[in-house]
Amino acid sequence: MAEDLKVLGVWSSPFSRRVELALQLKGVQYEYIEEEDIHGQKSPLLLKSNPVHKKVPVLIHKGKPIAESLVILEYIDETWKGDPILPEDPYDKAMARFWAKFIDDKLFPALVKMAQSNEREKANEEACECLKTLESALNGKRFFGGDKIGFVDIAASFIAVWIRISQEASGHEFFSAEKFPQLFKWTDEFVSHSIVKESMPPRNKLLAFFKARFAKAMEGSESK
Amino acid sequence: MAEEVKVFGTWGSPFSRRVELALKIKGVKYEYIEEDVYGNKSPLLLKYNPVHKKVPVFLHNGKPIAESLVIVEYIEETWKGNPILPEDPYEKAMARFWAKFVDEKCLPALWKAGSSPENERAKAVEEACECLKTLESALNGKRFFGGDTVGLVDIAANFIGYWLRLFQEAAGHDLLSAEKFPALFKWSDEFSSCSVVKDSLPPKDKLLAYFKAHIAGTKAAETNASN
Repeated sequence: MAEDLKVLGVWSSPFSRRVELALQLKGVQYEYIEEEDIHGQKSPLLLKSNPVHKKVPVLIHKGKPIAESLVILEYIDETWKGDPILPEDPYDKAMARFWAKFIDDKLFPALVKMAQSNEREKANEEACECLKTLESALNGKRFFGGDKIGFVDIAASFIAVWIRISQEASGHEFFSAEKFPQLFKWTDEFVSHSIVKESMPPRNKLLAFFKARFAKAMEGSESK
Repeated sequence: MAEEVKVFGTWGSPFSRRVELALKIKGVKYEYIEEDVYGNKSPLLLKYNPVHKKVPVFLHNGKPIAESLVIVEYIEETWKGNPILPEDPYEKAMARFWAKFVDEKCLPALWKAGSSPENERAKAVEEACECLKTLESALNGKRFFGGDTVGLVDIAANFIGYWLRLFQEAAGHDLLSAEKFPALFKWSDEFSSCSVVKDSLPPKDKLLAYFKAHIAGTKAAETNASN
């Protein structure tokens, strides 16, 4: 019997895809609900389930909502015990949480800054430093989680998919196999994993999405 | 066999005090090492936290962990007595959600409200008040965020429970007042007077003096800058 489990997300959001990937890795069935107009008219369900942040993703399990993707991932791991995402050992678990936090608190903002900043070079340098630091956490492993995809891999999924596709769309490559050999290799391993392939946005759709976005940004700057 | 438990911190930091509070709640003995974070970071700190080079750092049998809430969760999982997190996965998720809200929204908003230039202050204060109001709603009539005992969210909100009121006294602001936030204000009294918390807080006079000096320093810098 399918449990009452819903995911409120946006198809192009790396954060809502994190939640979907975790559920799919565990083979848990859920109903996906797309927030059609996240930047315009947010749905009553979203506003009711995440009144504090009004953002996706939101997981609604038996009517009870949880927001914040990493909080949701931990809940998923604790509720559905098969195919664990976090290591069992408390120290290794702490390391996984540390790196996931690093990704969200340092790497992601650095990348956003790079995309939005006028001081492109400095922002680029900071983003690359973060990527280099994260790369060190791989430490020769196939995935951050070891032999299998884990918490940090899921958190880092936007590097493997969104970064690679967006730089293809912009023509501005900063994340390369030359500069980040281990991390780049990880992205290949990650995206070729069967379940990841199915749970990520379709490549062409995301590429078109980024191309349109960059074109719009260019238009905006040229009409001034 | 004695365990090796060490905490690298600074006396005035709410973040390192979070770790100490968690250990005290669990009755775990530890060695405390004071770091001179603004002056001279120790080689040990740089070795154990090369990514952020910050306190707190927790060392358990030689293995280092950084980031206060990551450390607190580790402490919770390693020493099982006097739990800090609820057992129910949903309640646990709620605790993590609110702890995250404190760190990612409340504290930056409070910091901004305390350090904004004159012309931006009103807006910054309004945003900080919104955060406090939202956080207050999580109390929901309970004595602590954790229910009857201090839990993860109380620990995470320690700055609001103790530091903020002293900072206000030093700055002459009144952000967290009993009138505006009756439940949260009451909580801050409960929190800072609770026996296990009280012993883990920095001395009031020392912290007040520190804030006064810091505020005077900021004002002087602003005055110099505008000359």
